[in-house]
Amino acid sequence: MSYFQIPRLSYRVTKVWLRNKDVFMKTLKLNFLPPFLEPLLYLFALGFGLGMFVETIEGVSYARFIAPALVSVTIMYASFFECTYGSYVRMYYQKTFDAIIATPLSIEDVIAGELLWGATRSCINACIMLPVIAAFGLIELPHSLLIIPFSLLGGLVFASIAMCFTAIIPNINSLSYPTTLFITPMFLFSGTFFPLSVLPEPIQYFAFALLPLTHVVNIVRALTFADLNQFLIFDFLWLFIASLIFFVLSINLMKRRLIV
Amino acid sequence: MFIVSIIVAEKLQKSFGKLIAVDGVSFTVEEGEVFGFLGPNGAGKTTAMKMIQCVSPKNAGRLLVFDMEVDTHPREIKKLLGVVPQENNLDPDFTVYENLLAYSRYFDMSRQDAERIIDELLEFVQLEEKKEKMTESLSGGMKRRLVLARALINRPQLLILDEPTVGLDPQARHLMWDKLKSLKLQGVTIVLTTHYLEEAAYLCDRLVVMDHGRILVEGKPDELIRKYIGTDIVEAENEPIVIACLEKNNAMYEVIGDMIQIYTSDPQKTTDYLLKECTLRKITARSATLEDVFLKLTGRKLRE
Repeated sequence: MSYFQIPRLSYRVTKVWLRNKDVFMKTLKLNFLPPFLEPLLYLFALGFGLGMFVETIEGVSYARFIAPALVSVTIMYASFFECTYGSYVRMYYQKTFDAIIATPLSIEDVIAGELLWGATRSCINACIMLPVIAAFGLIELPHSLLIIPFSLLGGLVFASIAMCFTAIIPNINSLSYPTTLFITPMFLFSGTFFPLSVLPEPIQYFAFALLPLTHVVNIVRALTFADLNQFLIFDFLWLFIASLIFFVLSINLMKRRLIV
Repeated sequence: MFIVSIIVAEKLQKSFGKLIAVDGVSFTVEEGEVFGFLGPNGAGKTTAMKMIQCVSPKNAGRLLVFDMEVDTHPREIKKLLGVVPQENNLDPDFTVYENLLAYSRYFDMSRQDAERIIDELLEFVQLEEKKEKMTESLSGGMKRRLVLARALINRPQLLILDEPTVGLDPQARHLMWDKLKSLKLQGVTIVLTTHYLEEAAYLCDRLVVMDHGRILVEGKPDELIRKYIGTDIVEAENEPIVIACLEKNNAMYEVIGDMIQIYTSDPQKTTDYLLKECTLRKITARSATLEDVFLKLTGRKLRE
C-alpha cells in the first residue's frame, strides 16, 4: 500500500466532525477556560514581567511582540493534542473508530473527519484568545480578524502531522516523544518569543525549512501588526503544501494501522 | 421463485503474516436463517465476521453479501448490515440516547426518523429508563442490549453478532436470546459466533464448526449430534475390563481421563448390555449435546 494514495472521501466526513463537535459542546464551559486563561498567564509573566527588561523588540513592546506568538502556539497546541491524545484515546481505548466503520463510513472518512475537527479546535481556540489579547490593545484590527480563517489552515497542518504520530506510535506514553522533540522546540525556536534573526544562520534555515510554527508565526504576526509583505506568500504556500502532504500521509498510515 | 443467498463465500482466505486465519472456507447463508460459527479461540470465526462486515479485506476467494462483492461495494453492504462486535464499543462520551442518535447519523437517517426508531428500539431492548444515563453506568447485560439496539438502528436485513452473550449472567443471556428469536421472526437473517454450545443449539438453524481456519462440519445442530455422536452418551468408569468389553463389541467410545464415553443411539440397550456383560460399578446415560460434537471434532487440548 502506498503512503500517498489519494483517499476516497465522501460527504460522510462531516458525520465524524459532528460527533466530535457534539462531545465538545457537552463540556463547553470546561473547554473554554484554557484558551481564555492561557494568554493571560503568558502576557502577565512574559509580556509584563519579562517585558520590563525589554524596551522594544523590532520596534514594538515585548507584549505586542509575543501576542501573535501566543495565538500561533494555541493554534498548534489545540489541533496537535486533539489529534494525538484525543484521537488515540478514541481509536485505541474507546474503539470509537471501530464502531463507526461498521456503518457506511470508511476509515478514510473517519480520519479525515478527525483532522477537520482538529483544525476546527485550532479555530475555536484562536477565536477565544483573540478578544482577550485585543482587550489589551496588543493587535491591529480588522487585519487580525483574518487570523480566524487562517487558523483552519494552520490547525490542519498540525492535526495532520499529529495524526501521523498517532498512526505509528506503539502506545500512548510514546506520545511524549513528539511533544518533547517536536512541539517544545517549535514553541521556543519559531520566532515566538525572540526574533529568529538572533539565532545562528543554520538554525534559522532549519526553522524555515522544517518547523511549521515558524510560518504560522510569520503570518499571524504580520496580521496582528497589520504589516503585510510579499514573503508571506511563501509561508502560506509552505503551510498549504505541508497540509496536503501530511493530510494524505496520515490517512494512509492510519489505514495501514487499522485495516488488517 | 429465485432465491438469492444473503452471503456466499467461496474458498475465502485471509492470513496475517505467516498465520493463515481463514483457510479457504466456503459457505452460504440463506435469507431468514440463523447461522452459527462455532470453534475454539483462534479458529478464524471473528476474522470471517470482519470480512463479511467489509472492515477486513480478504486475501483470496470470493465473498458476496447481498449479491455484492465486499471489495467493491463496502458502503452499500454496510448500509444493510447490523453489527454487534465482540467488544462493546459504545461511545463513553455520550448517553444511551445520544449513542443511538450519533449512530443514526452515520446511516444518513433524518432526525425525525431516528427519534422514532430510537424510542422503539429502547423499548425493544428494555432500556427506556436508562435513556439519559451515560453508558459507563450500565451493567454488562444492558451494555450488550444497547449494542444490539445500535446494530438495529438502520433496520438491517442481516445482523452479525460476534459472541453476543459473552460474560452475561443467565438472566441477561436468556433475555438476549429472546430478542434474537423475535428478530428472526421478523425476518432478519442472523449470523453469529459463539463459544456456548447450548446457545448455538438453541438459536441456530444451521451452523459450521471451525478450527485452524477451516470448516470441519456444517449442518443442523440435531443432525450433527446424530451423525457424530448418536442421540445419547453412556458414561462409565475407565477400567481395563470395560475397554476390553467395548472392543469386543466394536462400540464407538472415547476415553477421557478416568471416564469412558460411549456414543450410542440406543442407550437402553447399551446400558443393559454393559451391566450384564461387564461388571460395572457406575454407569450413567444422558442425551448427547452439541458440546460432545464440538469436543469430538476439535479435541480437548486447551487453546490459548
